[in-house]
Amino acid sequence: MLNSSRLRIIGRRLLQAIPVVVLSTFIVFGLLKLVPGDVAVTLAGDNASDQRIAEIRELYGLNQPFFLQYGSWLWKAAHGDLSSSLISNEAVLTSIQRCLPHTLLIVALALFTAMLIGIPLGIAAATKPGSWIDGFVMAIASLGVAVPNFWLGMLLVAFFSLQLNWLPATGAVSLMKDPWASLSHAILPAVALASGGIAEVARQLRSSLVEILSSQQVRTLHAKGLPPSAILWRHGLKNVSVNLLTVVSLLANRMLAATVVVEAVFAIPGMGGLIVNGAMNRDFPVVQGVVFTMVLIVVTLNLLTDILYSVLDPRISS
Amino acid sequence: MTGAIDIPVAHAAPRIEASQPPLLEVRDLSLSFAAGRGALPITRKVSFSIAPGERVGLVGESGCGKTVTGLSLLRLLPAQSARIQGDILFNGTNLATLSPRQMRAVRGREIAMIFQEPMSALDPVFTVGDQISEAYRIHFPVSRAEGRARSIDALREVGIPAPERRCDEYPHQLSGGMRQRVMIAMALICKPKLLVADEPTTALDVTVQAQITDLLRSLSERTGTALIFITHDLGVVAETCTRMITMYAGEVVEDAPVDDVLMRPRHPYTSGLLRSRPGLSQRRGVLASIPGRVPSPSAMPPGCRFRARCPHAMAGCEQDQPMIGVEASRTVRCWRAPDLELQGAVT
Repeated sequence: MLNSSRLRIIGRRLLQAIPVVVLSTFIVFGLLKLVPGDVAVTLAGDNASDQRIAEIRELYGLNQPFFLQYGSWLWKAAHGDLSSSLISNEAVLTSIQRCLPHTLLIVALALFTAMLIGIPLGIAAATKPGSWIDGFVMAIASLGVAVPNFWLGMLLVAFFSLQLNWLPATGAVSLMKDPWASLSHAILPAVALASGGIAEVARQLRSSLVEILSSQQVRTLHAKGLPPSAILWRHGLKNVSVNLLTVVSLLANRMLAATVVVEAVFAIPGMGGLIVNGAMNRDFPVVQGVVFTMVLIVVTLNLLTDILYSVLDPRISS
Repeated sequence: MTGAIDIPVAHAAPRIEASQPPLLEVRDLSLSFAAGRGALPITRKVSFSIAPGERVGLVGESGCGKTVTGLSLLRLLPAQSARIQGDILFNGTNLATLSPRQMRAVRGREIAMIFQEPMSALDPVFTVGDQISEAYRIHFPVSRAEGRARSIDALREVGIPAPERRCDEYPHQLSGGMRQRVMIAMALICKPKLLVADEPTTALDVTVQAQITDLLRSLSERTGTALIFITHDLGVVAETCTRMITMYAGEVVEDAPVDDVLMRPRHPYTSGLLRSRPGLSQRRGVLASIPGRVPSPSAMPPGCRFRARCPHAMAGCEQDQPMIGVEASRTVRCWRAPDLELQGAVT
């Protein structure tokens, strides 16, 4: 699994991640400075004098040049210090440690749901292209892409929480404290987040599987006398696994972004809430910390995807 | 072309005893593909038979129906769109009427097939050893280790050096010629009685083509596996086969022993094909060609399908043309054959 060529890939990808992290945090920092509003005014409170505001600027280094401010943040971040919130004074790392598990749980559950439902649907459609089941799956898939996930979230709450009282409508519980309550809080947001993913997994799997099943290599398998079940499960799925991996990894990246909206609908204290509040208050250490963490997660996911590629397809090496 | 030879080496063709029952007998096989509301006829009443161990070349230009005929023997055409009429008698069993399950027991075990592009015909994500072993283990309940041992033997049989190592490699790690050898090893591992080779050398380098052709011939001779060699390369047929079946526009037009047909074709189309080959002796001048083009399957003329391009066409050719016997073991779909003196490749 970890041979020298793969270690080389990992090393190279980690080096490539550095400019990605720097560039993305720099852009977000710049955006925060561009939008109107001033954190010093917020911190000074109501009816503060200009002198008071200037003192606060001085205190937090907000009057320093743009590049110096960014540079000092980056320098500290590189040493594991994500600074503290300007508003609450809580260490950003502590906030992230509190919020990240909620977000990761929802995204992981949504990804799992998307595969759990999307893969069987895609297979069913691909084995009988043109049949009623194919049409049904494709119709569901179109619907899944078209329905906005925040709206679906509200419908789910209205039905499953308010009407049937099966699942809690809002909030989140730590997985460590109470796994069962934690999962029951995460199910509805995960389903809302997964709807587009189910559709995408089903569609992509269907199209790549249909292509493989009508390929020349599969004709050879028929010529050997292999039954259709073995052709599908042994050869078909292994051949489309790379495509599936691509879809799922892109989906994971997109879900990490889309979770912001879903968390807002379900009032989940996750990374989405953290970054939205941070941005509203121009609390740049919080925003920077969240962006920094998310970029690291995405880079790691992509690295994992690349390694899995070479495991799944022998043609992809170094 | 496998080395532009002018005079093919005539291999001693074992004359098949008339009393010996054929291994394969194709009777009035007509194929059509669903097209819109109707059906597009591809081949019409193709009939031929193959004796055990016999090597037969099935020749004709692209689109004449030779490949679909080969595929239909194993019933590998897409079931939704292809319609098959007629009988495919293999050892007395009509393959056309078998259930899918019964047909699977024939594929690979009794009749095997190899294809034009070995790279796209092999599964890229399985090792060649796995793929060969799989072909054996579908039909024989042996252990994984036994399957592997047999695939190593099979690789050695087809002349792959260091088979123990090659066994664990993937198709993309092999050369084109090696891949086709792997396909042959996979096709012959169950010792089938018939191998259908669909243009197995077309996608390969010229130098490798001859090696693969030789390999197929010697394996067929050694194991007694009959061979249907689908090709448009008449040089390959001359070297490999004992009989040649010529197809034109979906019909068999001539069926004759290779040496006889090369010397003296009896159908004007076969003669045209033979004269269209570039040869060593003919270094300058224009290469002979057949004027006109093949009629489209949707607008096939009645009677002889070649008559619009035939220099010998006359009134009467528009009549339905049955296959007629012209000599012992030779048939031709041309009513004028007894009167015609046609030029062959060997003069």
